Amino acid sequence: MGRKVLVLAEVKDGNLRNVSYEAIAAAKTVSEGGEVVGVLLGESVRNLAEGLIHCGADRVVVVENDKISNYSSDGFSQAFLAVVNEEDPEAIIFGHTSLGKDLSPKIASKLDAGLISDVIDVEIAGENVVFTRPIYSGKAFEKKIVTDGIIFATVRPNNFVPLDKDESRSGDVSTLEVEIKDLRTIIKEVVRKTSEGVDLSEAKVVVAGGRGVKSADGFKPLQELADVLGGAVGASRGACDAGFCDYSLQIGQTGKVVTPDLYIACGISGAIQHLAGMSNSKVIVAINKDPEANIFKVADYGIVGDLFEVVPLLTEEFKKLKVNA
Amino acid sequence: MNIFVLLKRTFDTEEKITIENGSINEDGAEFIINPYDEYAVEEAIQVRDEHDGEVTVVTVGGEDAEKQLRTALAMGADKAVLINVEDDLEIRDQYTTAKIIAEYLKDKEPDLIIAGNVAIDNGTGQVGPRVADLLGIPYITTITDLKIDDNHVSVIRDVEGDEEKIEATLPLLVTAQQGLNEPRYPSLPGIMKAKKKPLEELELDDLDIDEEDVEAKTKTIEVYLPPKREAGKILEGDLKDQVQELVSLLHKDAKVV
Repeated sequence: MGRKVLVLAEVKDGNLRNVSYEAIAAAKTVSEGGEVVGVLLGESVRNLAEGLIHCGADRVVVVENDKISNYSSDGFSQAFLAVVNEEDPEAIIFGHTSLGKDLSPKIASKLDAGLISDVIDVEIAGENVVFTRPIYSGKAFEKKIVTDGIIFATVRPNNFVPLDKDESRSGDVSTLEVEIKDLRTIIKEVVRKTSEGVDLSEAKVVVAGGRGVKSADGFKPLQELADVLGGAVGASRGACDAGFCDYSLQIGQTGKVVTPDLYIACGISGAIQHLAGMSNSKVIVAINKDPEANIFKVADYGIVGDLFEVVPLLTEEFKKLKVNA
Repeated sequence: MNIFVLLKRTFDTEEKITIENGSINEDGAEFIINPYDEYAVEEAIQVRDEHDGEVTVVTVGGEDAEKQLRTALAMGADKAVLINVEDDLEIRDQYTTAKIIAEYLKDKEPDLIIAGNVAIDNGTGQVGPRVADLLGIPYITTITDLKIDDNHVSVIRDVEGDEEKIEATLPLLVTAQQGLNEPRYPSLPGIMKAKKKPLEELELDDLDIDEEDVEAKTKTIEVYLPPKREAGKILEGDLKDQVQELVSLLHKDAKVV
């Protein structure tokens, strides 16, 4: 009974990424009582298998090979497909991350399968596994099902709640030897431009700056606030176009779409394209000098004022909160 | 060099989305070239100008997509192809679209295929990598820089803000990320020339494709709008007091901190 579901775990800087646990949670629903099998790919990743089992995987299959010490679509697809071949699952779940987005279509193509990308919810409705996903950058939503073949979906980070960690859980960890060859794309260098801190698309708190930030330096108070809150800094397109920050921070219809618990918009007017990137945040706070700014229409709480006055005050207040907690 | 660009017609970013009879309402909506595909068109033109060759823009859709193809031609593409599936396919998903494009490209000997990394309407980013896999060629997604020397390619790939420098050889498919280039506006002479450039229209029959071969593997069963956010609270009073009140609300009421 139930479905066997493979979950591709993701590793970054020697640790399991949060989305791995979230994908396991989604897989549990899809499995309807069947087996959830974690899949770990890399050079030396076996030690991370336990973490997957503690958060709900029934067992883990590890493929270790020096050819997949770094991600490549050729290397990872050979490794993952070998596991699929061995395990013959009814469903597959990946995280909708840079790696997940790059790899999942190739796997789907090789399996002659459909793929439902970037899902924020999954439910069982009778015989169907129904996935919910945003469309038009979150201006609308659709529910989708697979009508033929394997069930394959990628889950948006920060939307599924991981199962509680249970260190008493145990499960089998097996190794699969896979020959990996003919890698057609070679990574020559990796340049880390993002801080070691929180990943914008996984952050529970985002402090974002718009044109009102006025300069690259203007982001400093926002970074301080983000640090105190354990969050990440984002930006509107206006701030990026003006050269105040890198495009990797851009939130919006042609940037990242984020769904944090708390989104603090500083000096952001709230153009429709920006809203598309953050309007599904749980709580939105807006700080803007202009009381007519569009952002106030979607904000749960608003302060009309100069962000350079308000943001440092907020940082101080949150510091006090942490001390008293 | 045979350069192909995969292009999609999408809603303009300003458009509000409304639903009628269970599907997205297209009446009166403005359509554009998917912004990420604009980067692809621009890059293809730059590569052609530097290395010689021909840029063909391909789209799968309906007659309306002709307009976007003409815009790409006006930017500087040499040829356009519309694979018109309006009459043949009611339901399409990324599996379908990719299979059709791959079938069209399989005998064209592409050296370089450029697509936008994601379409702003469906937001899956699947088609580029699927097409590459079906054609048996390598791919690199979300690139912000492309250099070609003979048939050696080096790209910079954006990975959630970090950069990877990657090397490969042609033939290759790449997908464009923001920052790859600044797409040009079609010039008036460009628009005039575009009217005379070849725009070929093909249907599934012309490609020897049976509907069953490309039948969608997934289906949308419902489309809906997000619940409207209720009006929020603009705080009042002394700035320091407002800040204290906000922190208290976020901690005790909203419980997000």
